[in-house]
Amino acid sequence: MSDSSSSIPRDPRRRKALQDMTRLSGGAAVAAAMLTGFGVSSRARPAQTLRPPCALPEKDFLAACVRCGLCVRDCPYDTLKLADWADGPAVGTPFFVARSVPCEMCDTIPCVKACPTGALQHALTDIAKAKMGVAVITSRETCLNLQGLRCDVCYRVCPAIDKAITLEVSHNARTTKHAIFEPVVHAEYCTGCGKCEKSCVLTDAAIKVLLVEVAALKQDEHYKRGWEEKTKAGGALVDAPLKLPVRRPEGGAP
Amino acid sequence: MTANARPYVDARAAKGLWASTRFLVLRRASQLFFLALFLSGPLLGIWIAKGTLASSMTLGTLPLTDPFVFLQSLAARHWPEGLSAVGAAIVLAGYLLFGGRSYCSWVCPVNPVTDLAAWLRRRLGINFTAKVRPDLRLYFVGAVLAASALSGSIAWELINPVTALHRALVFGLWFGAGGTAAIFVFDLLVAKNGWCGHLCPVGAFYGQIGKVALLRVAADNRAACNDCMDCFAVCPEPHVISPALKGERTGATPVITAGDCTLCGACIDVCSKQVFHLGLRGRNAVRPDPSATAPAPAARVVSSQPAVLERDLP
Repeated sequence: MSDSSSSIPRDPRRRKALQDMTRLSGGAAVAAAMLTGFGVSSRARPAQTLRPPCALPEKDFLAACVRCGLCVRDCPYDTLKLADWADGPAVGTPFFVARSVPCEMCDTIPCVKACPTGALQHALTDIAKAKMGVAVITSRETCLNLQGLRCDVCYRVCPAIDKAITLEVSHNARTTKHAIFEPVVHAEYCTGCGKCEKSCVLTDAAIKVLLVEVAALKQDEHYKRGWEEKTKAGGALVDAPLKLPVRRPEGGAP
Repeated sequence: MTANARPYVDARAAKGLWASTRFLVLRRASQLFFLALFLSGPLLGIWIAKGTLASSMTLGTLPLTDPFVFLQSLAARHWPEGLSAVGAAIVLAGYLLFGGRSYCSWVCPVNPVTDLAAWLRRRLGINFTAKVRPDLRLYFVGAVLAASALSGSIAWELINPVTALHRALVFGLWFGAGGTAAIFVFDLLVAKNGWCGHLCPVGAFYGQIGKVALLRVAADNRAACNDCMDCFAVCPEPHVISPALKGERTGATPVITAGDCTLCGACIDVCSKQVFHLGLRGRNAVRPDPSATAPAPAARVVSSQPAVLERDLP
């Protein structure tokens, strides 16, 4: 500014307006920074709070969900709730806790149809393809089936029985004459509905639905399976077995 | 400006009880009506409007979405898949017709709370008020949109006390009402009309619609003004009144064009001389002066305006 050195400003109103604008912009920048921080931190949520079926990944979900509660209203089983301040997920967003009320996996998926923004993706129409989470036996030490008993409840209630949960038989080494029927979750078919977690007979469920990002279902890109690569290439990728040096303690006998 | 502790006394004496409380009664009825649309479902099982003020579906056919929430969602780079774009367009069109910030005084659930704080302020004679510039909220709108863009989430809805109160009422999430309690204390003890008049970005956004909205309040009978200042005492945005009410000398329109006007009609109720009426933007006709001689007080106020400006100049 040409008149900044002079003690008498050319137009005091202009200077005042500029000062005010700077002050207000500064205040707004601080507010924006704080709100941005809050917005980013709101992506974190407790592991047991699951999103409705067909929800976008959490970051995109928070950009899309307008917190209207229409999915909650159209949920016929009162599974979905809107988050209050103390619930954990971003305030006003829909969630459910499998151990309280699991998802009944309606064929018509009314919650998704009710969503006005696409935070719940309308493109997905098959509830069996939903991925609200993935069930994991989190406590092998307490699971009754793994003790050699026949509880089987998680397996029996699974809507995708024999696909999402199977019972794998193995020898019971403790009794030496019985079998262990181990419930095994196949993540590919598990929708994360939570019926298994809900119905686990233990005080603390031995099977729990984890967030997909917690369960980490994605194989690392760099991790190649030799047998698959071999099939893809139509033959062995190395010419002959490598000759490795034999390591023995120094001076040891051959 | 000395705030009149009982501004409605003159109007009641001159016009009677109904004509001096008409808009207040209608506004409360409107606020209850919009709340009842959402509450009839959960309370009585009769579903009229589902959802909240952020986005709703009425009778299964009419989608409505708050355009400010919608704008934040766009800023957060989500392109809507469903009906929210249609809903936002309908709401936008509605407020372009019916006055922008009419949302604030006829629909918003926080309004009765801040009205109560303002009324208590007058009654208890609390004159202290922190000076907050009324245009701070516009910068706040910018901050909210910037935060939505930067965090990639609908940022304001994380703390918005307006939709939080509505969710509290409609969905029973009572923690959400805490923000409204804070607003009440702030408005009562810290700043007069502090929240709605200076900070709330939702109102500021609707105020931008109000700048071009059709339905307005007009001081079309301004010649009858006796400078009792009652309208200034009850108006939640007193700065919008002067240009229209005192614009006679400069030939300014009697229509209150400022977007900040919430069309609450308090000025219409409180005026014992029936200066204000609801009108349309662009209808600038002024009612003729009922008395042949110009009233002296009006001249005094008009002449005081330029004196202030001249003193400020070097």
